[in-house]
Amino acid sequence: MEKLDKLLSTGPKVLNIGLQSFYESCETQGIPTVHIRWEPPAQGNPELLSLLDKLL
Amino acid sequence: MNIKKKIEQANEVALERMSNVQPILVDIELEAMNVIPAMDKKTILHAGPPIDWGRMCGPTQGAIAGILVYEGLAANIEEGYELAASGEIKFDCNHDHDTVGPMTGVTSPHQPVFVLEDRENGRKSYCTLNEGRGKVLRFGGWDFEVLDRLNWMKDILAPALKKAVNHAKGIDIKSIISESLHMGDEAHNRNRSGSYLFMREITPHLMDTVDVSTAKEVFLFLTQNADIFNLNLSMPHSKLIADAARDIDYCSLVVAMARNGTDIGIQVSALGREWFTSPATMVDGLYFPGFSEEDACPDLGDSTISEVIGIGGFSMASSPAIVSFVGGSASEAVSRTERMYEITAGKSKTFTIPSLNFRGAPTGIDIRKVVELNEPPLINTGIAHKEAGIGQIGAGLTSAPLEMFHEALKSFGKKYL
Repeated sequence: MEKLDKLLSTGPKVLNIGLQSFYESCETQGIPTVHIRWEPPAQGNPELLSLLDKLL
Repeated sequence: MNIKKKIEQANEVALERMSNVQPILVDIELEAMNVIPAMDKKTILHAGPPIDWGRMCGPTQGAIAGILVYEGLAANIEEGYELAASGEIKFDCNHDHDTVGPMTGVTSPHQPVFVLEDRENGRKSYCTLNEGRGKVLRFGGWDFEVLDRLNWMKDILAPALKKAVNHAKGIDIKSIISESLHMGDEAHNRNRSGSYLFMREITPHLMDTVDVSTAKEVFLFLTQNADIFNLNLSMPHSKLIADAARDIDYCSLVVAMARNGTDIGIQVSALGREWFTSPATMVDGLYFPGFSEEDACPDLGDSTISEVIGIGGFSMASSPAIVSFVGGSASEAVSRTERMYEITAGKSKTFTIPSLNFRGAPTGIDIRKVVELNEPPLINTGIAHKEAGIGQIGAGLTSAPLEMFHEALKSFGKKYL
């Protein structure tokens, strides 16, 4: 409960994974945000994923 | 041993071989056809993967028409175009002749070429001498100003430098490139420090071997073109390093990446001479006054051999000054280099980056990592006008398309699974 109160009174700090636009949106609202670049491996292509599973 | 382990071991061997290469400028050959393998009077080489005349971009066609005039095979530029389209001239890509060339990369039988030799294994590589900036053949220029400069380079510059290089008994280019990375170059689009270091090496030998008047002409040219002159030494140096990693069974590292203004292609160590290609990309860049992206030719040149060995776009962190030429910020230059560690097999023992606590440059593009992470190799490059005869209109950043890495990985899987 104390943590929830703190969150509501101080505002969020965001760790964003993936979509760059979410990060940019937080930034423009002045919210402290750390962005981690991430995309589905091999663009989610099943053939490439199968190859990578065997080769990497 | 399972296949993953075999690949890792093969890639380690490749990195070791690349590290051991000792590229030395041993000579300047006054007529390329005397040294470049399988080249005759009717052979013209170009940058990038192989391409027919009809699909070549404007600057490459213009440079070829111009060089046919230089060669004495055509009386004027119109005849140059006619001859090139006639089928009488054999076109082939530089890389398949142990050669590299920036931008259009046009290399003709009677142009002088730098001759570099790897003292480790005797392999050789070749590259024309850099013409400097402005309206030049490598950007598709072909008028009398361009051809006059090429003739001066053949008659005055190349013979003088040849005497000096022979007198020096070779110049260590790897040391020059390595030191230039500590002096603000990334050795693809910023070559100023490398050019000055080359001048430091060549000066005493030039003074011992040519008359004062000739030396004065040569120094004036080298000084005026110090921004870029060393690129044509850095590139064949990088070619020797990359070629040392060729033809290693199970090796998944890229050994060539090059563009011809229409296509971009890669070759992979374990997959021989096969090119995997995609359409060449547009460059996001800074344009000279009066030009914009609408005027630009797609990405062009063999100079991405730099990125293959970990310099150029991969070592942008060593060159904060480059962003004033290609765009972006100094902190972006650092983050670009950091991203390239994710797709490379190791770190260079030779090329180190001061701003990253002298960390070795990211070396050895692994097609598996590029595909897994959707992280394409980053390239910084010059921009040519899409029409022949105009020349360079800017410089900027681009990245290699992922599709050709997908195709290379499929071919790799077909061979080994």
